[in-house]
Amino acid sequence: MAKQSIVPFGPQHPVLPEPIHLDLVLEDEKVIEAIPSIGFVHRGLESLVDKKDFNEMTYVIERTCGICSFMHGMGYCESVEKIMNVEIPDRGKYLRTMWAEMSRVHSHLLWLGLLADAFGFESLFYQCWRMREKVLDLFEMTTGGRCIFSVNKIGGVLKDVDDVMLATIKATTQDIAAELRVIRKTFMEDYTVEARLRGVGILTKEQAHNLGTAGPFARASGIKMDMRTTGYAAYGDLDFDIITSNECDSYGRCEVRINEIFQAIDLIGQCIDKMPKGDIATIVKGNPNGEAFVRMEQPRGEAVYYSKANGSKFLERMRIRTPTFANIPGLLETLKGADFADVPLLILTIDPCISCTER
Amino acid sequence: MGNVKRSPWLLHYDGSSCNGCDIEVLACLTPVYDAERFGIINTGDPMQADIFLITGGINKANQAVVKQLYDQMPRPKVVVAVGVCACTGGVFKECYNIIGGADTTIPVDIYVPGCAARPQAIIDGIVKAIDLWQAKADKMENVQKELNKLDKLEEKEKK
Ligand code: SF4
Repeated sequence: MAKQSIVPFGPQHPVLPEPIHLDLVLEDEKVIEAIPSIGFVHRGLESLVDKKDFNEMTYVIERTCGICSFMHGMGYCESVEKIMNVEIPDRGKYLRTMWAEMSRVHSHLLWLGLLADAFGFESLFYQCWRMREKVLDLFEMTTGGRCIFSVNKIGGVLKDVDDVMLATIKATTQDIAAELRVIRKTFMEDYTVEARLRGVGILTKEQAHNLGTAGPFARASGIKMDMRTTGYAAYGDLDFDIITSNECDSYGRCEVRINEIFQAIDLIGQCIDKMPKGDIATIVKGNPNGEAFVRMEQPRGEAVYYSKANGSKFLERMRIRTPTFANIPGLLETLKGADFADVPLLILTIDPCISCTER
Repeated sequence: MGNVKRSPWLLHYDGSSCNGCDIEVLACLTPVYDAERFGIINTGDPMQADIFLITGGINKANQAVVKQLYDQMPRPKVVVAVGVCACTGGVFKECYNIIGGADTTIPVDIYVPGCAARPQAIIDGIVKAIDLWQAKADKMENVQKELNKLDKLEEKEKK
């Protein structure tokens, strides 16, 4: 038997945008086991419920993660709205859906860029981030922020979007789709890229199911699961299919995410076409009392929001379960038997968001 | 920024940020904002870095890591705290696991406010950091010159 050695990986590492620490047990160049230790980003923001009232909490929850910040705010608001039995106006729902899908486009583009960076294709990385900037410009135009938008509130949204902006959003997202079609070729058909992705990090459908993976990571292993089909916000009125792939490897994960960008752009278009007129928020009075549980599909997979209120201004408990947390067991499984050089790439393929995971 | 003699290298570490400032720093380094036009380059190695960009507050787990990264950097070094989290603790100031801003652990030279800090502000912070870094380098050089003079005097006296 070859000699085993342990290589520490992280928390500060050139390829890691975020701190996570892994102890990799190696046998020659092969990874035998990966032992994670997390906690470098833990802030304890759920505990702020007893210092900030339930309206202010929206802005704290939004800062769980700067990439899917909009969806965190939306999930929290939906959970409190569910407790208080508030039905938000249709326009508010559509705006939320539109912004959520824009977040998905920007998050997936960011991921594609980081993936390109991980396999050392620098110019592709820059191309993806250049496209992503266009989405951020749209966000800036409609909400005023680039990462943190603070447009959600309990009972609806804070800002309206006029017709000119809607037209711009539609045109720009179509541009992005056109550019992405060009870049897609490189990701899916380029010989070198394929060599780095195909057959790397295999997770079979059965394993993915048993380990409880979520989101594109699960869908790339052929599991048909997408929380948007439950029809929260305006998703019930929109027309879309669940995107899956049967590749079960890194290539499949890349494919699923690229196709999801196209899908999200299509959904944005549908939202804009169907955008109802009217109010964007209802007035909410009183304090929440009771508990609620909301599931929604984030760019990285299914997130769960749980709120418990006791009739006072402050919530009793707020809990988020994030997709990355569900995906870590799957990641550890794919790392087993992988080449040491593939480790950064494999960590990336689950699209880790450590600050969500640790909160 | 006229008299910078060498291209400083940049180290970025994500403390306990929410990722917002983090991706803005990365966005700054990509061609749209292109902070690299000021001669800096992003490195992952603290031992070769001159400017330390830190995002997010300090918590109990990463305090030792941040301190170690700072200690590993060669002198002169400049620390830039990006975002209100790194400046003061920000929204998370009252969380039980947050000790405070970056200045609770290492000396911070430049504070970039904002939540999330805008790329323009980050670039401004980087430019100021480059100036400060050069000033520190000049100062060190002068001190070294004085020390050399003293050494020579001592040698003369010994003779
Ligand atoms: S300052 Fe705001 S955007 Fe930046 S890390 Fe802190 S909470 Fe996130």
